[in-house]
Amino acid sequence: MTADQIIALMPLLILAAAAIVVMLGLAVRRSHGFTLAVTVAGMLAAMVALGAEPAGGAQVTSLLVIDSFSAFFMKVIISASLLVALLAHGYWSARAVEREEFYILLLLATAGAAALTAAVHFASFFLALEILSASLYAMIAYDRERPRAVEAGIKYLVLAGASSAVLLFGVALVYAKAGTLEMAAASGKLAGGGLDPLSVAGVAMILVGVGFKLALVPFHLWAADVYEGASAPVAAYVATVSKGAIFALLVRLAAAMNIQADPQLQAALGTAAIVTMFGGNLLALMQRNLKRMLAYSSIAHMGYLLVAFLAGGEMALTAVAFYLVAYFITSLAAFGVMIVLSGSARDADALEDYVGLSKAHPVLAVILAAALLSLAGMPLTAGFVGKFYLLAAGVGSGLWVLVAALVINSTLSLFYYLRFVAAAYSRAGASAQAAPPSRGLPSLAGVALAVLMILLVWLGVYPSPMIQNIQAVMSAWR
Amino acid sequence: MILAWLVIIPLAGGLLAVVLGRLSATAARAAALVAMAGELALAAGLWAGCGQMDFSGRPGCWLAELNYPWIAPLGVSFHLAIDGLSLLMVVLTAFLGLIAVLVSWREITQRVGSFHLHLCLVLAGIVGVFLAVDLFLFYFFWELMLIPMYFLIDLWGHEDRHRSAVKFFLFTQLGGLALLLGILALYFTHGRQSGVYTFDYLALQATTLAPRAGMLMMLGFFLGFAVKLPAFPLHPWLPDAHTQAPTAGSVILAGLMLKTGAYGLLRFAVPLFPHASQQIAPVAMAIGVAGILYGAAMAFAQSDIKRLVAYTSVSHLGFVLLGIYSFNMLALQGVVMQMICHGLSTGALFVLAGLLQDRLHTRQMGRMGGLWAMAPKMGAAAMFFAMASLGLPGLGNFVGEFLVLLGAYQVNIPLACAATAGLVIATIYAIWMIQQAFHGRPAEPYRMPDLRVRESLVILAMVVALLFLGLYPQPVLDTSRAPMEYLTEMMSRPVTRANSACNELHALRSADGNSTTASGRGGGGQ
Repeated sequence: MTADQIIALMPLLILAAAAIVVMLGLAVRRSHGFTLAVTVAGMLAAMVALGAEPAGGAQVTSLLVIDSFSAFFMKVIISASLLVALLAHGYWSARAVEREEFYILLLLATAGAAALTAAVHFASFFLALEILSASLYAMIAYDRERPRAVEAGIKYLVLAGASSAVLLFGVALVYAKAGTLEMAAASGKLAGGGLDPLSVAGVAMILVGVGFKLALVPFHLWAADVYEGASAPVAAYVATVSKGAIFALLVRLAAAMNIQADPQLQAALGTAAIVTMFGGNLLALMQRNLKRMLAYSSIAHMGYLLVAFLAGGEMALTAVAFYLVAYFITSLAAFGVMIVLSGSARDADALEDYVGLSKAHPVLAVILAAALLSLAGMPLTAGFVGKFYLLAAGVGSGLWVLVAALVINSTLSLFYYLRFVAAAYSRAGASAQAAPPSRGLPSLAGVALAVLMILLVWLGVYPSPMIQNIQAVMSAWR
Repeated sequence: MILAWLVIIPLAGGLLAVVLGRLSATAARAAALVAMAGELALAAGLWAGCGQMDFSGRPGCWLAELNYPWIAPLGVSFHLAIDGLSLLMVVLTAFLGLIAVLVSWREITQRVGSFHLHLCLVLAGIVGVFLAVDLFLFYFFWELMLIPMYFLIDLWGHEDRHRSAVKFFLFTQLGGLALLLGILALYFTHGRQSGVYTFDYLALQATTLAPRAGMLMMLGFFLGFAVKLPAFPLHPWLPDAHTQAPTAGSVILAGLMLKTGAYGLLRFAVPLFPHASQQIAPVAMAIGVAGILYGAAMAFAQSDIKRLVAYTSVSHLGFVLLGIYSFNMLALQGVVMQMICHGLSTGALFVLAGLLQDRLHTRQMGRMGGLWAMAPKMGAAAMFFAMASLGLPGLGNFVGEFLVLLGAYQVNIPLACAATAGLVIATIYAIWMIQQAFHGRPAEPYRMPDLRVRESLVILAMVVALLFLGLYPQPVLDTSRAPMEYLTEMMSRPVTRANSACNELHALRSADGNSTTASGRGGGGQ
């Protein structure tokens, strides 16, 4: 391994090392603040290391490639994890649990997610996915005192285990046909002989495995229960980092294997996109619990992303990346408000918790409203530009059925987003506000929320720098 | 830069109101009032200063223009421009904005700062809609004005506000997304033809469209605007939203937001797709007539005074749709008059309905009656605006409806005749409304004060404006003539696009002589 390759791997090495430092530190002395400091320092160091990437990227063994694509998504993933860590600090401080191990799991999961964006080999793909998933099992069940935490953890464990098995079977089928585990080489071998049923089945099973993690309909059954059972910061992490990393992998896999060019897979994914959009939105309509609503809405958002994903081409890639960034910011802002509002007894996830929020916490109400309106794609927010970009990509490739489904669903989604916004601003019950955080806003979470709010508006008002950045990344990558 | 100020002033006023609202409610009201007065002064100054210049909206013929790159990678620019039509609409916006602030003075007592923020945001969005000539920017403002309007209804509305607000939002949102698809399809078609991906209005006008594709895109635009207008089968959001909104919200909805639909048709749907517009003209006119008759009949059937006024909007905006798709100078000039006068007369009727509700705590006409004796000034004002609404000669609405009918008659005699029947029904509902509320024996023993000074001033301003428009409509017609001429010219030869430069038109006009009235040039719709 050359020095260049080690430098290229630095971000992943730093994240893994930070997890070990936190773990060893805990053996000496338990300190929540110190643990958070090490975690944040590790993530910041990884970000710095990403900035020092060799130009043009580097292939590190046949397993990983650190190119502009993976560097970009690593930055997004690590930033999101950093914000989750900041938001989580106040949340755990209010709870009587062993807090520090959460950060080990967070660092490990982030390392797995970051490695996922760099995987070009089925072995590294699977390893990274399992590092991420195994950390998530523990994170979801972390607060054992919560009524549904263990149930949610086990549910995720069983379903994710099953989906991993399906995924592995798919990989085995592809390997049987192609004789290699490298994505690009395997795709070359498969295409050489024309796609026969066996290799289509293999690719389809891989996609099913990915679909489980993204909670695409009909593989969505775990999502709402897991979000509801998990602690709010963990739910935020599952909704953003975990899904974003897997979508990045899907994009890379699709580029290597040219999935969009295959009519059967195209039709299957198109159907999945439509079913996912409708399923997610229709189920979200029935929710009166913010976590469950966000779970179903995140399912729908993955469906929206699939529309641009299927469009293919450079504009679609930019659209996907921009939308993911906007979705990260927006979801974290929405979850952030929930995390901050959650008292020590339970998470503030019921609709009733938000009635009259504008009276009790005007600033939080504004952030929540901005986040939900951004999810709905309203102007002045990142979500508006993101949704516009998705539609543009779909229209540009002439995917009219998918675009029409997106438009209908976008309108449907307004119902449930507005329900929460209206609750936050309703007059009635302003006095009956349940459990406002008596300790005031935790300052770290306040900083995180402020950053998110600024980004949310900035990307909605002046998205050019971000778009140009993504365009540069995508054209360097292809 | 003056155009940017037109958008910034309401925004700044709103933000100031919400900040001052923490100190005192009156300060918040005053901030919004000052902002809207400044807006009106700026717009009026622009109008007074424009003289007889040609600013028809053809390339380079804007009265004022502002163009900065915004989202360069997508070809989006922050491009605002103003021609005669937008100028009139902006003046109307500023005027009704001022009225809206004044009528909320006593009505709104809860969260005053926040209310004025939303009010000013809606107005900023509407001004933006009237000024944007970049389609992305237009869509941006188009969506932007919805959210604060939703909150105005949902937070400060009447008893059934939540349902009405959601209904309003969903209808307009679905229409807006159809519009967005139309915009995107046009954007890509133009980009592929020319290699330049841009949302610029003038650039997109030069796109060559296959008939089928052009028709589909036009339908996207048409749907988006027809929901806002509202055209007949797409109107169900309107009565609920208008009835449940607070008075200022109703004034803005009826007076301005409906006009954005008409404006969108005039500015975008027709000029971007002249050929397809020509093809659907008979259908659109028929929809317009259906709206006139249906709205009038439904208005007659209402017992709630705000709902009655709301349905008259459906009827009056039917005239606008009929006029736009007649594509001749008379009808189009009538459309502009009708847009302005409907804004004033319906706005005033909503103000009066709001004052009545404030005093009597009911909107049911069955529970009113005999109010004239207690409040003669209010009765007289209601009488005046009811007469305006039914199209009494001498008031602005008459000029608008008459010109529209005259223009439509040249194109389609049966439809024009049917539309005329709408005027008859209008007489019935208007007089019936006055009779129910103000004459006869009081249904319940009310005591109520007559118009107060502030209220009298508001009403007086609107009376004067309507009288002026009815007796001397020439300044308005002069201002809107150039853009409307351009539109008819475009429609008379829709295949080869009208792209003549300013100078050419000046030559053409001087050759024509000083035709200062709305002379019936072209009859393109035949």
